[in-house]
Amino acid sequence: MKKTGHRSSLRFRLNNTWDLYFFLLPMLAYFIIFHYVPLYGLQIAFKDFKIRMGIMASPWIGLYEFKRLFSTSLLLTAIGNTLMLSVYSLGFGFLPPIILALMLNQVPSLKFKKFVQTVSYAPHFISVVVMVSLLFCLFSTTNGIVTRILGVFGLGPYPLTSQAKYFRGLYVGSDIWQNMGFSAIIYIAALSSISPELHEAATIDGANKFQRIWHVDIPGILPTITIMLILRSGSIMSVGFQKVYLMQTSLNLTRSETISTYVYKVGLEGGDYSFSTAVGLFNSVVNFILIISVNAITRRLSETSLW
Amino acid sequence: MAAVRKSKFDRVFDGALYVILGFLALTYIYALIYVVSASFSDPNAVYSGRVVLWPVDFTLNGYERVFKEKMLWYGYGNSLLYMTVGSVVSTSFTLMGAYALSRKDLPGRGIITGLLVFTMFFSGGIIPLYLVVRSLSLIDTIWALVLPGAVSMSNVIIARTFYVSSIPTGLLDAAKIDGCNNVRFFFRVALPLSKAIIAVITLYYAVGLWNDYFNAMIYIKTREKYPLQLFLREILISSQQSSAMTGDVLEQEILAQLQEIIKYTLIVVGSVPLLLLYPFLQKYFVQGVLIGSLKE
Repeated sequence: MKKTGHRSSLRFRLNNTWDLYFFLLPMLAYFIIFHYVPLYGLQIAFKDFKIRMGIMASPWIGLYEFKRLFSTSLLLTAIGNTLMLSVYSLGFGFLPPIILALMLNQVPSLKFKKFVQTVSYAPHFISVVVMVSLLFCLFSTTNGIVTRILGVFGLGPYPLTSQAKYFRGLYVGSDIWQNMGFSAIIYIAALSSISPELHEAATIDGANKFQRIWHVDIPGILPTITIMLILRSGSIMSVGFQKVYLMQTSLNLTRSETISTYVYKVGLEGGDYSFSTAVGLFNSVVNFILIISVNAITRRLSETSLW
Repeated sequence: MAAVRKSKFDRVFDGALYVILGFLALTYIYALIYVVSASFSDPNAVYSGRVVLWPVDFTLNGYERVFKEKMLWYGYGNSLLYMTVGSVVSTSFTLMGAYALSRKDLPGRGIITGLLVFTMFFSGGIIPLYLVVRSLSLIDTIWALVLPGAVSMSNVIIARTFYVSSIPTGLLDAAKIDGCNNVRFFFRVALPLSKAIIAVITLYYAVGLWNDYFNAMIYIKTREKYPLQLFLREILISSQQSSAMTGDVLEQEILAQLQEIIKYTLIVVGSVPLLLLYPFLQKYFVQGVLIGSLKE
C-alpha cells in the first residue's frame, strides 16, 4: 500500500485531494472579495476618488491626503485619544483576568468556583448596545443606582456619564467588568495543566498559598500571558469602534473621538472617501508594525512568540 | 497529604478569596436583579431611588408600551432571520474550509493559511470594504449583514485545530481503501464526529450576528429591515425617543413618564434571549476558547 516515494509527489497528492479545493472555494472567495479586494481599494488613499468615476478612473494625487492627515488637528486629537484609550485598556485591563484566574484556581470550594465562573462569563455575551445603555442607566448622575450607592458612602455625586474626563475610566472599567470572566478562561485552562505535584512539593517545603501562586502558578502560565500580551499590543492603535461610538456624546468628544470614529464620520457620513481611507491605512500600517515588533522583541526575550 | 493542617496564612488567604470573588459575583447578580426590578417598577419609584432590590409599586406598563411598538417586533424578526441565515452561511463556509486546511496532504495549504492569517493583521478598513459591498449592490439587503463578515479567521483556526487533533488519519486511510472520496468522507465521517465544534462555531457566529449593530448601521437603510440592536440603539442611546415613537400629545406625556422604566424594559427585552439560553450554552462557549488555545 505504501509507496513512500510517490506519496509526497505533487501529482499523487493532487490526485488525492483535488476535490478538497471545492471545500475551500466559498471561504477563499470570501477572503478575496471582502479582504483582498478592499486592499486593492486602498489605492484611493492616493487618489482623488470620485464615486461616479470608480477606483480605476479617479486621478492620482500622490501623498496629498497624507499631508492633510498630519495637519488636521482634530485627527491628531483622535490619534492621541486612541493611544491613551488603548494604553488604559492594556494597563488596567490586562491583569484582572489573570488575577481572577489565579484566585479561582486557589478557591477550595469547587462549587463556589463554578458559581463565580458561570456568573462572570455571562456579561461577555451581552451586546454593546445593551451594555452601554445599562452603563448610562446605572451611572446616571441624577438617578443612577451606582451614583446612589456611592452617595451612601459619602462619595460623589460624580458626573460620570457626562464629563469628558471620566470617559476613559468608564470605558475601560466597564470593559473589564464585562469581559474579565471570559478572558480568564484561557488562563484557567493553562493553570489546570500545571502538574499538581509541583504544588504538593511546594506545600511540603512549607510554601503558603501566595508563595505557591508566585513560584508555581505564575511561571506556569507565563507563555500564555506572553501570547496574550503580543496579541493585545498588536491592536493598540485599534480601539473597538462600536462601544466608543455608542458612548460618544457632544460632551465627551474631546476624549472619545478616536481614529475609527473619525474615519467613520469623515468617510461614511461626510463622503470624504480618499481622506478617511488614508487615515485608515495609516492606522493599519502602524498596527502592523507594532505587532511585528512586539513579536520580534518577545521572541528575543522569551521563547514564546506568535510565529 | 490532605491531612496537613492549613497554615494560618492560608486560612486568611482563603477567606480573602471568598470575600473578593463573592463581591465580584455580587456585582453581576445585583446589576441583573436591579435592572429586572426597575423594569417592573413604577417610573416614579425608579426615578426617586426607591427601587433598591425588588420591584416597587409593581407595574407592567413599561412592557405593555414596549410590546405595542411595531419596530420591536420587526427588530426581533429581522435579527432572528439575519442570525439564522448568517450562522448557516458562516458555519458551513468555515467548517468546509477549515477541514480542507486541516489536511496535511493538501498542496498549497501553507500558502493559503498564510494569506488568510495575514488578513487578521492587516485590513483595508471600513471605506474600501464599504465600496466593495456597494459595488456588489448588497446595500440594504440581508447579504450586506451576512457576507462581509461571513468567515472569522479565529473560528477557522479553532475548527482546523479540532479536525487536526480529533479526526484520526487512520480513519481517512480506511475510508480511502473502501473507495470513499474526500467529499463523502467529510459529510459521512468528519461532520458527524464534529458535533461539538459545530455547536461552538455556530454559537460564536450566532451571538456575533445577534449583537451586531454596526454593519446594520452602515448598510441597512430601510427602517423595516433594522435588526433589534439598531432599533435599541435608536431608542436607548440616540435618545430620539420622541421621534422614534410617534404618537399624540397625551401619549407623549405618558411616554415621558414611562421613559424612565422603558430603558430598563428594553435592556431586559434586548438581552432575554441570550440570558435564557446562556446556562445551556455556556459549556460550548468555554469549549471554543479551550480548543482555540490549543496549538497544533
